[in-house]
Amino acid sequence: MSALSFRNVWVEYGAQIVLERINLEIAAGTFLSVVGPSGAGKSTFLRLILGQERPSQGSVLLDGEPFPAEPGPDRGIVFQRYSVFPHLTVLGNVLVGYEFERPLTARLFGPARREAIEKSEAMIEAVGLADHRDKYPSALSGGMQQRLAIAQALAKRPRVLLLDEPFGALDPGTRTQMHELIRPLWRELKMTIVMVTHDIREAFGLATRLIALDRPRRDPQAQERYGAKITYDLDLTRDGAVPVLGFLKTSADHG
Amino acid sequence: MNIAPTRGSRIILAAIPFVLIALIYILGSAERRAANPEDKLLPPISEMAGTTQRLATQPDRRSGEYVLWTDTAASLQRLVLGLGISTLIGLAFGLSVGLLPIAGASFGTFIAVISMIPPMAVLPILFIVFGLGELSKVMLIIIGVAPCLIRDMSIEVQGMPREQLIKAQTLGASTWQVAIRVVLPQIMPKLIKSVRLMLGPAFLFLISAEAIAADVGLGYRIFLVRRYLSMDVILPYVAWITLLAFAFDFLLGLFARKTFPWAYTEEAR
Repeated sequence: MSALSFRNVWVEYGAQIVLERINLEIAAGTFLSVVGPSGAGKSTFLRLILGQERPSQGSVLLDGEPFPAEPGPDRGIVFQRYSVFPHLTVLGNVLVGYEFERPLTARLFGPARREAIEKSEAMIEAVGLADHRDKYPSALSGGMQQRLAIAQALAKRPRVLLLDEPFGALDPGTRTQMHELIRPLWRELKMTIVMVTHDIREAFGLATRLIALDRPRRDPQAQERYGAKITYDLDLTRDGAVPVLGFLKTSADHG
Repeated sequence: MNIAPTRGSRIILAAIPFVLIALIYILGSAERRAANPEDKLLPPISEMAGTTQRLATQPDRRSGEYVLWTDTAASLQRLVLGLGISTLIGLAFGLSVGLLPIAGASFGTFIAVISMIPPMAVLPILFIVFGLGELSKVMLIIIGVAPCLIRDMSIEVQGMPREQLIKAQTLGASTWQVAIRVVLPQIMPKLIKSVRLMLGPAFLFLISAEAIAADVGLGYRIFLVRRYLSMDVILPYVAWITLLAFAFDFLLGLFARKTFPWAYTEEAR
């Protein structure tokens, strides 16, 4: 469970400004939804936390500390697709996370392996895939593959879990099942979750806080010169959605 | 389009072209024999069988060797060495070039250029540098096959979904671990596929090298007896080489299916 801070973050690709002056404090244990139209920098926002991308200005901090600009085990991720390894069985997909703890061989043997298998089986059980332990991902449905991806990401107990439109490719029924799976897991493991989604109902239904990214200003001659900002920041833990005032204060501090 | 043959008729359908060719050959051979009993161009099958049997089971009068088997052993040794080393090179370089941007930047273009060198054109250089022995023949196969394999493999690695590589890193994997646990197993079936496709060129290089300078080998034998128009040796040798190549291809395919079942599940369904 960790807190994330965005301090005056800008992301620019050449002349194009993607994100503009993002100031955000995400408290530990928050379930944050990120919504916004296509091209508003939602994925860039996620990649900043992932470490796949560096801000052009400002900094992103994890528990107040900067982190290396590459993906690492403290930040887990579930993508919309391609999240599981097709060459490993369900058990192997979860087990491989533990096996990466051996630097040279990336394999476990003997008692260490048995212990890791037990832990993996518990995770597989938790996402309801116990009956499919020895199947390859190609034999699983889309929903089951995403369950596996979640089990895989959670096995390493990341401080922050990132979800990149994790349920976008699933049919509505399966999506509802996945919602029922992720909420209790989040509560039980006390993680910070950042979820990017297109589904507004999902964003309101699951999260404790919601931000919307959009470009509030447009220059018709040079569309790329204004980047996206946080246009809404809502606290969803009250009876109705309330703006998060802390955000305005921090933005005033740094702006 | 929707009429699929059953298992039995599939075998018959597959056999038809072979039977047709054999029939045409037998008829043609009989025709020529009837016109000229000394004809050498289309020897009857009985004569070829006799020659093959002599080459395979009787020691050569001059050298005391069983010609067919010594030729086969020599050629296969060169082929397996050449292909094996090419495969290792292709895998190691292909993986690094595909996975590491620094290796890709420094070697990518170089390999693209190298793979365009026609291997037969450098054969004289190989003979000069490595002599006329085994090494130059193995080197020709490597030079012909390895660059293509490197390119194939690096393209395969680059074509892997980025999500998988990132996911592995978020599970704590280092670059080395991503290479051996995520990338390597996934490109192995593709490597075997590429090696199967390279069997043809590998045999081409082998036979050419043997035809030009060798004292034993399948290619050497064919080009040796060509001077005497010994079609009764050449035709069985060609059939034997074809059979060997087909067997290699088949066994590699079988091996890939057994070892990497996950890569073939799409097909089975």
